[in-house]
Amino acid sequence: MTIEDAGPELRTEALEALLVKKGLVRSAAVDALVERYEQDIGPLRGARVVAQAWTDPAFRARLLEDGMPAIRELGFGDNTDAHVARLVVKENTESVHNLIVCTLCSCYPWAVLGLPPAWYKSPAYRARAVREPRRLLAELGLELPPEVEVRVWDSSAEVRYMVLPRRPQGADDLGVEQLTALVTRDSMIGVERL
Amino acid sequence: MNGIHDMGGMHGFGAVDHRPDEALFPEAWQGRVCALAGYAMAAGLANLDAFRHAIERMPPDRYLADGYYGRWLYALETLARERLGGDSLPERPEHLGSVAREVDREARFAVGDAVRTWNRHPEGHTRLPGYARGRRGAITEVHPACVYPDTNADGRGESPEYLYTVGFDSRELWGEEAEAVTTVYIDLFEPYLEAMS
Repeated sequence: MTIEDAGPELRTEALEALLVKKGLVRSAAVDALVERYEQDIGPLRGARVVAQAWTDPAFRARLLEDGMPAIRELGFGDNTDAHVARLVVKENTESVHNLIVCTLCSCYPWAVLGLPPAWYKSPAYRARAVREPRRLLAELGLELPPEVEVRVWDSSAEVRYMVLPRRPQGADDLGVEQLTALVTRDSMIGVERL
Repeated sequence: MNGIHDMGGMHGFGAVDHRPDEALFPEAWQGRVCALAGYAMAAGLANLDAFRHAIERMPPDRYLADGYYGRWLYALETLARERLGGDSLPERPEHLGSVAREVDREARFAVGDAVRTWNRHPEGHTRLPGYARGRRGAITEVHPACVYPDTNADGRGESPEYLYTVGFDSRELWGEEAEAVTTVYIDLFEPYLEAMS
């Protein structure tokens, strides 16, 4: 059996051994990064950004103007997605609904949402989001009225997109922390309305 | 290249298997591949464009069968085989930060300009999706110049180009049966675009 025929576990071990031997990576650093992805970098950052935008009109304006400097104000925007040129935040309104996709690979706003969920990376989502977004959203439980304009953002370069969902009704008295808990990853990709 | 990766608009994949709470790395090797890719690229094994192109060069059946991190693994194996065979090691890249670059020329297009995408089918890496070739749209945003993936992927250099967001009416992309009141926005590099007279 050659390494090409082995399962991904063995192939990963072999690759890691080679990269360590060549001095490109250290295994301890790999352990630490995996842990960081799993525990520290997640959609909670985006939820916090959304809650801030809902409660602070000046921040909301800065966020919509240029996303990366705005999220840095909240302590985010570290080197998680360092090659990215810009973070662009698109606001849902009564008449406009935004949806994020990457048809060519699976580009995703790591800096605010962490790593993408499996369904976002699936061929079905990548293929259909640009051709039949309304039908796709309806299948996922979001029926949009026909008069609502759908804007699909195909992340084909190093600009990353995030949706600023609409503040849910009846949440007027909540503070930033409680609002943060209401914000889902799906709503910041655009497959859910809160 | 016109590869299996260029999935926008394809039929036949069925419903989206939407599991909002699935684990980030259902299998441990997937997390290790994710981290290995980040470190190997930072150490100079390949830039991100060459990495994406290595994924696109997979046999199409493997692309579909191996899954997301399986493709990363395959691409890293390909790049290691191509680039780590000898005694010399890759040079650590000069830029580990943003792909945005200063250029000493003005952007050719402005917001509102009507453009048409080129209808070219390069064998190499490109970031103009197949579904948007030869289509009419309008510039909605002008971004800074960025590293040009088409040349950066295969060693021809960064040659930065201005980047634009271009809005396409869904009917322009998908014909009369397209969903109504829908616009698809794509981030496209200046060489992909020609002015509409």
